Amino acid sequence: MRHLLIAAAALVPLSSASAQTVAIINARLETLSSQGTIAKGTLVLQNGKILAVGVGVEAPAGAVILDAKGGVVTPGLIAASSNLTVSEIDAVSETRDDRSGKLSAGFDIQYGVNPGSAMIPHARQSGLTRAVATPVLSRSGGGHVHDDSGAGDFAGGGGGGEGDPPLFAGQAAIVSLASGQSDLVLGAKVAVALDLGQAGAAAAGGSRGASLVLVRAALEDARAFARNRSEYDEGDSREFGLSRIDLEALVPVVQGKTPLLIRVSRASDIRQALRLAREEKLKIILEGAEEGWMVASEIAAAGVGVLMDPQANLPTSFETLGSRLDNAARLQAAGVLVAVMGSRDYTNLRQARFNAGTAVAYGLPYQAALASVTLNPARIWGIADRVGSLEKGKDADVVLWSGDPLETSSWPVAVFIGGVRQPDGSRPFELRDRYAAPLSAYPQAYVYERP
Amino acid sequence: MKTRLTTALAVSAMMGLAGACASTTAASPTSGVAGKAETRPLPAGLDGATGEAFPSTYSPLPSTSTAIVGATVLTADGRQIEDGVVLFRDSRILAVGGADTSVPEGFAVIDGKGRWVTPGIIDAHSHLGVYPSPGVSARSDGNEGIDPNTANVWAEHSIWPQDPGFHRARAGGVTTLQILPGSANLFGGRSVTLRNVPSVTMQGMKFPGAPYGLKMACGENPKRVYGGKGRAPATAMGNVAGYRKAWIEAAEYNRKWGDYRTKTEKGEKADAPKRDLQLDTLSGVLRGEILVQNHCYRADEMAVMVDVAKEFGYRITMFHHASEAYKVGPLLAKENICFATWADWAGFKMESLDGIEANAAIAFRAGACTVIHSDDETITQRLNQEAAIAMAAGNRIGLNISPAEAIAWITANPAKAMGIGEQTGSLVPGKRADLVIWSGNPFSVYSVAQTVFIDGAVAFDRRDPKFQPKSDFELGQPGEGAFHP
Repeated sequence: MRHLLIAAAALVPLSSASAQTVAIINARLETLSSQGTIAKGTLVLQNGKILAVGVGVEAPAGAVILDAKGGVVTPGLIAASSNLTVSEIDAVSETRDDRSGKLSAGFDIQYGVNPGSAMIPHARQSGLTRAVATPVLSRSGGGHVHDDSGAGDFAGGGGGGEGDPPLFAGQAAIVSLASGQSDLVLGAKVAVALDLGQAGAAAAGGSRGASLVLVRAALEDARAFARNRSEYDEGDSREFGLSRIDLEALVPVVQGKTPLLIRVSRASDIRQALRLAREEKLKIILEGAEEGWMVASEIAAAGVGVLMDPQANLPTSFETLGSRLDNAARLQAAGVLVAVMGSRDYTNLRQARFNAGTAVAYGLPYQAALASVTLNPARIWGIADRVGSLEKGKDADVVLWSGDPLETSSWPVAVFIGGVRQPDGSRPFELRDRYAAPLSAYPQAYVYERP
Repeated sequence: MKTRLTTALAVSAMMGLAGACASTTAASPTSGVAGKAETRPLPAGLDGATGEAFPSTYSPLPSTSTAIVGATVLTADGRQIEDGVVLFRDSRILAVGGADTSVPEGFAVIDGKGRWVTPGIIDAHSHLGVYPSPGVSARSDGNEGIDPNTANVWAEHSIWPQDPGFHRARAGGVTTLQILPGSANLFGGRSVTLRNVPSVTMQGMKFPGAPYGLKMACGENPKRVYGGKGRAPATAMGNVAGYRKAWIEAAEYNRKWGDYRTKTEKGEKADAPKRDLQLDTLSGVLRGEILVQNHCYRADEMAVMVDVAKEFGYRITMFHHASEAYKVGPLLAKENICFATWADWAGFKMESLDGIEANAAIAFRAGACTVIHSDDETITQRLNQEAAIAMAAGNRIGLNISPAEAIAWITANPAKAMGIGEQTGSLVPGKRADLVIWSGNPFSVYSVAQTVFIDGAVAFDRRDPKFQPKSDFELGQPGEGAFHP
């Protein structure tokens, strides 16, 4: 088994220094561009960019040839909202830098990004090449708790332990998942996250009426602050509800430059979010939107992108009573730009692509499903000029799959980020290989390479 | 159930006899009916071994004799039959075979061309009903988190049959579930096995004759919950001390009841021990009637639990979650203990940090009885995908696991680990006709359950709204529980 892995890795030499010229031949190319699906074509990567895509493309002289043997090539997958690179273990709070508990909009997730995270190689094994690290409110957003301790029963209620949780969760960052880089942050302060609905209401003391009033007041404060910073600095301005740090973070939001990432579920709350954006002239992105299908045409008309989990089909709370398995299909059919997420559980990153597959089973067209994990998150996050499709000039973030990337039986055979072939190893794979190997006289801890 | 109980009691009575010979003193009365009841049965409710409490009222839905013809059939006893024929009548499987299997007169024929047929999916770890949707505190009934030993509670008394999750699970092919208490406690209480049919009452879902399970929990949860309250257990060693203390009490309780029964059978005067619900359950485990379902993530902790069981002479039927089963596959195989896990939910806490996608596959190839479970109202709807991912992770390293093998992870093996393997879990003549017609290969992400049969009756049909039951809760709500073709 180990021999197999080595053989696969040997196809293209690893290079952490610079990107070689690589030609992937005999590949089914899912371009996510006007070229659509190319049943058997060649993709050339050079100087970190895509040089050529198509049938009859010649591999440049000296290019390393990677024969896909009919495998599928897609753009690298993008985790549309995740705590990748800023968290390791959900239940070990010291390893989590995805929430503030103290700051509000001013919390800036970029400073916690850790290129040494063991989750990054694992993420690449799900075909992910980029992620958007988004903050969550304290005590929320850790994803599913796949454990039945009933932890929620014993949490004792309340917020983050330091008074009321803040209204805004903080500022998001776009990160690369490349190996061997000292700085993975490709874009900082790319959005400010805000919970509306139940979580927002809880943060505001218990009801939605308070939450939206406070949010609107905060936006107004940010405007007033931006208009006259010197007055604020001299202590002449009226009292603001948020600190200077938090107001500063909201200035580009009220100027319409930075989107608000609004986590919202219920149809009426989605309408309030759209109304907030309209009245306050904000750019917004929706996350969750379990009842989005009920207001799909309104979301589409507002040109708002949605990050969502197509598995959601239970009335798990009173704000998701309308959850349906065809939510993704209905939103897409209405013209909404849909990005499919996995759970925020960064330990289960493979889930986004299978969720996209599940969405296909419930009516989402296959190409739309592929786009939902590549081009659409790129468009929603404003990086589609660089990534999200196989097009000449875009970053060479590409994945060669053993088969259909949305299918349970497939896995990434080769992952390139910026044209650089990424190493295949990961902590889970090392554990696997240690224990899948035949037993020897010495304990596993001694012998990793076995005869 | 009744037969098994009686046999076991006879055995324990003998053991009680051996243990009691040395003592000739008639126990001084501490309770009940001493002095006049030696040959009469105890008053109702004072003997945990008599009668069946909260008996099942389940009866199968109406069914017709049916033949599914032309499908690919995974029998879950190791066979994959192309162009197969599955016959069922009177709630039972009648025959399973190739295209040459003749269809008797009067059978309704379903064209299975292009479809796949499997046994009904069995989820061995579910909290549907006890942690239902919507997840509000008024319905949070899965953990009696007030004492580390609540072996006295029974999950069936927390079941809310209107949980919409039962219907979603059925649409994913789930025909039988084991509902467990949570893992806050060392001893969480009894599990209950349910037929996944709509019912106003829990008893209407209860699997007739299924043995009970006892939920036990290793590791971080009990010590966090109780250590956090400044009481035992606060450490891993405190956990183990807690198990041992309880088993000592249970063994003593068993001995006292054995003693009592021996004497009454001989016509001697005897005083019945006071019935104790907690010890009833634990002694049921010692007598082999109640199956231990042990939440345990780490390899080293599983090995310790194996020895706790040996110390007190009970058997662990299955480890649940078992993220490190791949490290102790040979031990699990040798001890004949099943393990239930996910495909790759891992790393959410320290004790699941070493979970890997190939966990199930590696331990399976080491010979361990492998089960894929959900512990989740969403994953339970796609246990077929979960098994597929676990299978693919094994095949990626050349373990060559076939669909014919992997289907047992979500059917025959959980049935075995829940003590109902003689009744359901594989497509074998005489077993309950619990089966699923899938739109395609069930290990594909694109396949969905089209028709779900429970005891030969259509319990769900994706194309027919008449067979898409909804819970009372969903009526008049925005989603209305709609299913989709």
